[in-house]
Order: sequence, then structure tokens, then C-alpha cells
Amino acid sequence: MHEMSIAAAVVEQVDAAARDHGAAGVARVRLRVGELAGVVPQALDFCFELACAGTLVEGAVLHTEPVTARARCRPCDTEWAVGMPPDLCCPSCSGGGVELLSGRELQILDVEWAERPDVPAEQKG
Amino acid sequence: MCRTVDLRQAVLARNDDSARELRAALAARGTVAVNLLSSPGSGKTALLEAELGLARRRGVPVAALTADLATENDARRLARSGAPVKQVLTDGLCHLEARMLAGHLDGWLPQECRLLFVENVGNLVCPASYDLGESLRVVLASVTEGEDKPLKYPTAFGLANLVLVTKADLAAAAEFDEAAFTANVRRVNPGVEVVHTSARTGDGVGALLERALAVLEGAEPHRPVMSAAPHGHGHDHGDGGRHEHGDGHRHEHGHGPAVVGETP
Repeated sequence: MHEMSIAAAVVEQVDAAARDHGAAGVARVRLRVGELAGVVPQALDFCFELACAGTLVEGAVLHTEPVTARARCRPCDTEWAVGMPPDLCCPSCSGGGVELLSGRELQILDVEWAERPDVPAEQKG
Repeated sequence: MCRTVDLRQAVLARNDDSARELRAALAARGTVAVNLLSSPGSGKTALLEAELGLARRRGVPVAALTADLATENDARRLARSGAPVKQVLTDGLCHLEARMLAGHLDGWLPQECRLLFVENVGNLVCPASYDLGESLRVVLASVTEGEDKPLKYPTAFGLANLVLVTKADLAAAAEFDEAAFTANVRRVNPGVEVVHTSARTGDGVGALLERALAVLEGAEPHRPVMSAAPHGHGHDHGDGGRHEHGDGHRHEHGHGPAVVGETP
């Protein structure tokens, strides 16, 4: 189960960003996960909680945005949702020259910092 | 300070960076890495042993690194070929990562080695997500595993530069439907070559070595549809393929396991 390695990579990057920004903590992390990224969001969620322990990311909510896999046939310009399991052959002309437009994303979109309860309002960003 | 900050970082950016560095370092010394993926028991080791033996007899300097959770059995089997072999014990980890591989190669990989075969952990799920700096990714499936394997593990088969069917001598006994298997491979990876092999009879043995040698000589491996897609390696596209990060690092886009432009 490589979701643990994926979760650890997410936590490491967000923890580093939190330090760079001088954030006290992290409230939410938003991920974009493509249909063909080979990652199970539920498993990732479970691992994320474990990977967060003892870091600035501890207590953060992981929000996963799924991305539908879509492909396009360059010669005939047909575009389709490839489905799961994916069908990457053009449904119109069955020819070559197919390109995947989306579906392999595995990306940290953005991070919401947690408010520091003991810091006066004017010191907040 | 804004409470929400855009990061838009690829989760596996660090592995992808390490893989790119390793591929460049290998290319600089004239070595091509071949990443072998399959489920446990599909016959990776038997086929690789035959291919290494053939390479040795033809005078091609090869080496192999084999990864398992435990035991050195595979390294012992591969070493019978006479090629330099290293066993990596992942201690429970289900896949190899690029930095891990680079660490194991450091100080071990013989200078004269031209082809490095990396036998990944037997697993068709996790290793598919990790570029190891290889120039040829090979996915193997035995005839006893069923024709629908490519559909069950689309990421592994979808990112292959070459698909090898193993244990072809058992095809009749297993009632293996070759046409159905090939159709399923084509569905997730149109245009990829499928070669049938049997380490027992010797049929198809040598195909892997030939394909790897072709890449070493500059041939472009098959480029899977799936590898050319944006998979979150860095920022959104439309930025000309490169984007300056806030941390000063640059990441290139569009790289998959087959980074054709970076092969020697």
C-alpha cells in the first residue's frame, strides 16, 4: 500500500510550506487526485492522519478532489471520458494519436493555515 | 498573511526529481535502466535469469538489482548467470523509489555496466506510480494470471513501454486467451508491443535484451498514452512546460516513465 508513502510526501511538503510561511498549524489540505493516479482516496485519508502525527500538519483535514480521466483523438478530434478501466482507443476512428488530457493528477492544490488562538489579531496575516 | 496558500505541487515531485537526476547520471555513464514490474510469481526472476545469461554469453555488460520484502533467494538465482547482482530488502515497503535505487547503485554499479535490470517488488499497484529513472519500463504477466490483468491494473500496464507474457508454455493448460489479453493491453496502452516468452522452453527469450539494447543505442521506446498526460508534476499546464516555483526549483512537465528525450 503506497498510500502511506504518498501521504508522507504530502505531509512533508505541507509541513515545509507551513514553516516557510511561519504558520502555526494547518487546517486543511486540498489534493487533486486523477482517476488514473493509482491512489485510493480512502486509504490516503487513513494514512494522512497517521503521517501527520508530530508535524505542523497534525489535525488538518484532507480534502480530495477527484479528476475525471479524459482523452482526445488528435486525428478526428473526438474527446471522451475514458472510464475505469480506461479505454484509451478512440471510440470514433480507432486510430492512433490519442492523448490523455486529464486523469493522472496527484497534486497538492492549496493549504489553509490554522489560526493561532493565542496570537493577537493584528499579528495574523 | 493569506489564510489559504496555493501550493500546486506534485505530490511525487521529489521522487520525479530524483528519477530525472538518476536517469541523467546513468545516461552520462552510458547505462540504461530497465524497470521490471509484475505481480508476485509471474516469472520475472526466471526470465531475467535467462536474459542475463544470454547477455553474458553475448558479451553485453549487464547487472541486476532485485527488490523483495525479504530473503535473498532471487539474487542467488540471478547470480547463477554470472552477472553482478544485488539484492535489496525493502523491509516491508511495497515498491522501490528513485532515491532508494540511487543509494543502492552508489558504489556498487560496475563502471562497465551498460544495461541495468531492476526487478521491482512483485506488485502491480504501488511500483507503477514511481519513476525509477528507467528508460524502459517492462510489465510482465504470466498466462496463468488471467486475460483481464491489464484491465485490473490499468496504471501498471498503461505505463509500460513493453509488455511481456511469461510462462507461454503453459498457455494451453491455462486456457489462456491470447487475443483477449492483447485486446485488453491495447485498450489501456494502444500501440505497445506484447511479446510472448517462456523461460522454460526458451521461446521469446532474448526479446527483452534486444529491446533494452535498442534503447541503449538510441531507439525511442513506445510512448504510452497514459505517460504523456499531465499527472500533477508541478503546476497547471499552459505555462510552456516549465514553471518557476516559489522555492526556486524548476520542474519540467510531461515526463513519465519513458522520458524519450532524456534517453541516451
